[in-house]
Amino acid sequence: MIEMLKGYLPEMLDNLPLFPPQASTMAGEVDALTFVWTAISLVSTVIIVAAIIFFMVRYRRRSFDELGGGELHAPMVEVVSMAIPFVICMAMFVWGAKIFIDLERTPKNAVEYLAFGKQWMWKYQHPNGLREINNLTVPVDTPIQLTMTSEDVIHSFFVPAFRVKQDVLPGRYTTIWFEATKTGVFRMFCAEYCGSEHSLMGGKVTVLPKNEYDAWLRQEEPERADPVSSGEQLFTSLSCTTCHTGDSPRGPALHNLFGSEVKLASGESVTADETYIRDSIVNPRSQIKEGYAALMPTFEGQVSEEQLRDIIAYIRTLEGPPVAAPAGSDAEVALAISADGPSAEPKTTVPNSTEPTEAALSYASAAMVGGQ
Amino acid sequence: MSAHAESYDPNVNYLNRDWSLKSWLLTLDHKRIAWLYLISVSVFFAIGGFFAMLIRMELLTPQGDLLSPDTYNRVFTQHGVVMIFLFLIPSIPAVLGNFLVPLMVGAVDVAFPRLNLLSWYIYTVAGILVILALITGGVDTGWTFYTPLSSTYANSQVMLVAIAVFVNGFASILTGLNFLVTIHTMRAKNLTWGKLPLFIWAMYATSLINVLGTPVVAITLLMAGAERVLGLGIFDPALGGDPILFQHLFWFYSHPAVYIMILPAFGVISELIAAFSRKKIFGYTFIAASSVGIAILGFIVWAHHMFTTGMSAYAATVFSALTMLIAVPTAVKVINWTATMYQGSVSWETPMLYAVGFLGLFLIGGLTGVMLATLGLDIHVHDTYFVVAHFHYVMVGGAIMGFLGGIHYWWPKMTGRLYNGSISKVSAILVFVGFNLTFFPQFLLGYMGMPRRYHAYPEEFQALNVFSTAGATVLGLGYILPAFYLTYSLFKGEKAPANPWGAMSIEWQTPSPPPLHNFVTPPVITEPYDYEHELIKEQIAELKKHVKPQEVPLG
Ligand SMILES: [Cu+2]
Ligand SMILES: [Cu+2]
Repeated sequence: MIEMLKGYLPEMLDNLPLFPPQASTMAGEVDALTFVWTAISLVSTVIIVAAIIFFMVRYRRRSFDELGGGELHAPMVEVVSMAIPFVICMAMFVWGAKIFIDLERTPKNAVEYLAFGKQWMWKYQHPNGLREINNLTVPVDTPIQLTMTSEDVIHSFFVPAFRVKQDVLPGRYTTIWFEATKTGVFRMFCAEYCGSEHSLMGGKVTVLPKNEYDAWLRQEEPERADPVSSGEQLFTSLSCTTCHTGDSPRGPALHNLFGSEVKLASGESVTADETYIRDSIVNPRSQIKEGYAALMPTFEGQVSEEQLRDIIAYIRTLEGPPVAAPAGSDAEVALAISADGPSAEPKTTVPNSTEPTEAALSYASAAMVGGQ
Repeated sequence: MSAHAESYDPNVNYLNRDWSLKSWLLTLDHKRIAWLYLISVSVFFAIGGFFAMLIRMELLTPQGDLLSPDTYNRVFTQHGVVMIFLFLIPSIPAVLGNFLVPLMVGAVDVAFPRLNLLSWYIYTVAGILVILALITGGVDTGWTFYTPLSSTYANSQVMLVAIAVFVNGFASILTGLNFLVTIHTMRAKNLTWGKLPLFIWAMYATSLINVLGTPVVAITLLMAGAERVLGLGIFDPALGGDPILFQHLFWFYSHPAVYIMILPAFGVISELIAAFSRKKIFGYTFIAASSVGIAILGFIVWAHHMFTTGMSAYAATVFSALTMLIAVPTAVKVINWTATMYQGSVSWETPMLYAVGFLGLFLIGGLTGVMLATLGLDIHVHDTYFVVAHFHYVMVGGAIMGFLGGIHYWWPKMTGRLYNGSISKVSAILVFVGFNLTFFPQFLLGYMGMPRRYHAYPEEFQALNVFSTAGATVLGLGYILPAFYLTYSLFKGEKAPANPWGAMSIEWQTPSPPPLHNFVTPPVITEPYDYEHELIKEQIAELKKHVKPQEVPLG
């Protein structure tokens, strides 16, 4: 019956006022759950309210000294009134949990986009490095995963038409996925209160047919190199190569790191996911690998959230046996990059190792302006 | 007690024995402390209501043109802080609880009268701190104080309000402790646990939560304050902290706090339904036991407020299932109350109108609560107006309906006066209708996707917001009316007999208003709500002699 319901509803709902459009693969699933709950609620409300009104009228006090009499003994009523809500709740719980798990579990073939929330704007990055602000353009019928982080307080990414929502936290990555089933422009809101302009921290998700999306991508020239090569440049210019080469006793090699189990000095072991790599860069002392000394300085404030993503993207690509350190020193490499061209395209502006914070900031703002 | 009986003068009661200001501000009489609280919570209800009015006016139009964003953020934060910490949490326990707990257990006062007065002063200090914060710039973190917004980013009086909530916690804890000890040690002879009124059971359960839970929120806010002032890294990841930890700690208290607000209303409703059906409550044992059960289970469901934070699916399903389980006894209670009216003698007095209004509104609040506990659905409606509507149905439709119903029921006992029956019925109906008009559209708004705490919103949400604001006007009227007719009744109302409703509970055995030490003669202890007892027949016969035939309140 529910399958039938799901089939009928989209047509009807499109013409229904006061109802959000259904524009993702999950929207119908969530709505079906809502409709069944609403029906259950309506029926129970009608039964209880009818009973209340009936009892009030039927047993209305007829004389000043009328008494109601003794206790009602109806153990069956108690048992039934316990059993029915219990069964309904458990059934709905299972159904709701199933949908939740579907919402949580990103399909294998999802394409990864990035989202950065900050007071009070959203920055997005396409897989090819293209950036957008407050408007995210995606192809229809394609599972999209957004990997998100916040640069300040907690925000929340919410697209009513897709029935998805995920908090965006500072200091860690959260993900959300959706597959748009309709083309068009849909509202996107920040759902977690985040200060002054919270209510203006919204935007749009523009869903294009696949071919239009490809054409659009080609016409929007990315202002910067793709994330992996940006990450590689950063990796060198920040002198990561000094220690993380495989033959240095100072730091572990990072080849085949992503997704592996890391034994920590504390005795715990953790999976090297993106949050682990990020933590190791901004707060390296929190999770020192077994067999290494706590030598690494923090890069907190020296790399922006976007640059962290680039470095992670690069580290994710490191496979096979570690390559020996290049002959040249880091300084030479950094010089080589800055000598790349005085044209000062954002993609070649790398943080200066003597004044990293300022450089990182100007980089970030240049990138933002570029994205607008 | 017999000593008091000898010196009893029927013309002297706890109110008129001394009207000096000093006798009020230094009173150790639980009944007078109830009045101190009634006046203070009414003031804060008015302040919180004023902020609510500003919110509804701002949301009439989508542009956000009435208030600046920062002002609006302060307004909704202050509405929440004042209503929750200074009105809802103390309302029923500190006003009706203070007045009734000793009366209902047949005691002369609470166990620690000085502590009782002290808790009112602590509450008042907290209230003054909040008012100070409002005057000196206000607070804009939302009543939930989520970090790192509150601990690092907000530029408002966060510290002052956090200290106020911390201080206020002591008032809750002391009142809770006082009630627990009173109920344990000061019950009249023969008043066993199984004979206690359900209001007492509700107070007992609420006090447990107050004593166990309040320290957690107090310390959590202190930690957020320490991070803000001293830069200790507890919740802000930039300082090495964990922002989600704050939410766990905050909701560990604040979910049970929902029960601090609603369990007392359950207690009141049980009394009202029994009294106005003149019938023993159906499922007395179940309601009594489940109050305590809910108080304890309420501590293990907190993370249902955090399903969108990215918690593991395993944890989420556990919290979802537990939340569903706690909903079952609550559903059974609604059925118990309804079934109590079956074959009863149901009168339609004002307090009963509030009670049945409560049943309807709480039913919707509860059902939407289980919808929210359903994982797949919660993701879409979390942090939208759906949630706003849900918790107003529970807090306003539940707790405030209970409070108003209770005030209307025990008013003759508290004041010795009767109020106007017709106006009070009109106002009860206005509250019910206005409430639904205000908050029902918000369910639809939420499902459409309007996020909460929005100062400006897209145009497609306007129509329902206009409805909501119109409803709020009716609701406001319903709330203002009692202030007038109840105050009027204080001076001009008819004198109330000892048991004006013909209700079977021991507080109605003593004169209205009661003498200083509550009972002239030791009260007769019966089975709870025993409407077959001879005593109630005598009392009603007595009552009948005093009323003129045309005034006989058939209901
Ligand atoms: Cu926001
Ligand atoms: Cu809760």
